[in-house]
Amino acid sequence: MDKLHLHYEVEGNDFVAAGEAAGQMKRTLRQLGIDFEIIRRCSICMYEGEINMVAHAEGGSADVIIAKDKVTIVLEDTGPGITDMELAMQEGYSTATQDVRELGFGAGMGLPNMKRYADTLAVESTPGIGTKVTMEINIPA
Amino acid sequence: MKIHKVIEVLDASVLCGSELLDREIHAAGAADLMSDVLAYVRTESLLLTGLTNTQVIRTADMMDIVCIVFVRGKKPTPEVIEYGRAHDMVLLSTPYKMYYASGLLFQAGLGACE
Repeated sequence: MDKLHLHYEVEGNDFVAAGEAAGQMKRTLRQLGIDFEIIRRCSICMYEGEINMVAHAEGGSADVIIAKDKVTIVLEDTGPGITDMELAMQEGYSTATQDVRELGFGAGMGLPNMKRYADTLAVESTPGIGTKVTMEINIPA
Repeated sequence: MKIHKVIEVLDASVLCGSELLDREIHAAGAADLMSDVLAYVRTESLLLTGLTNTQVIRTADMMDIVCIVFVRGKKPTPEVIEYGRAHDMVLLSTPYKMYYASGLLFQAGLGACE
């Protein structure tokens, strides 16, 4: 299988639409016949990432590259950035607003969930410039 | 446990998916925190929740949850119910509170998501 590239634009502060890209990605992965557990892990990573972009960064872009051996998810935004990465990775730490909490998110589980379900997670963030999150989910041969 | 049985145990009303009540549920989870649902709920399961927004349906879709039970008599808006229908989900509403509804299902033999 050649690499397949999916691209999504994620609107900021649109809490109804948040997760649409993750849903579309999931359907594509399913059409490709990818293993159910891999799809589940990709969906969790993408969904949490998307919620983060909507909640904290006024949206951004999501790119998914599907190769034979792995799915790579790249989320990029031009939001405020993460000032304390160690804190952000801690379960339970959150800077989310009440709006986000009312949806059932914003409890400081986003990045920890992404770390738990991705094989690799890289977060590059510069305060005032933006954040780039790269996750890889391996597809066993 | 079939969804028919869930309805009986929880005195639940069917909000959508009445043609899908023969579906088998293998486990259940109860949460208002969707990140918790993403963290541990497994496939072909049932979710008990007090939240009624679109993100509940979307979270359930991500996890292949086939049935959502809204507790304490809550009912989502028609738009949210329609969204659930479009995703082939069974949406139920029970008059019971989350802890009690969970207890009833557990007692009836429906185990937890490990």
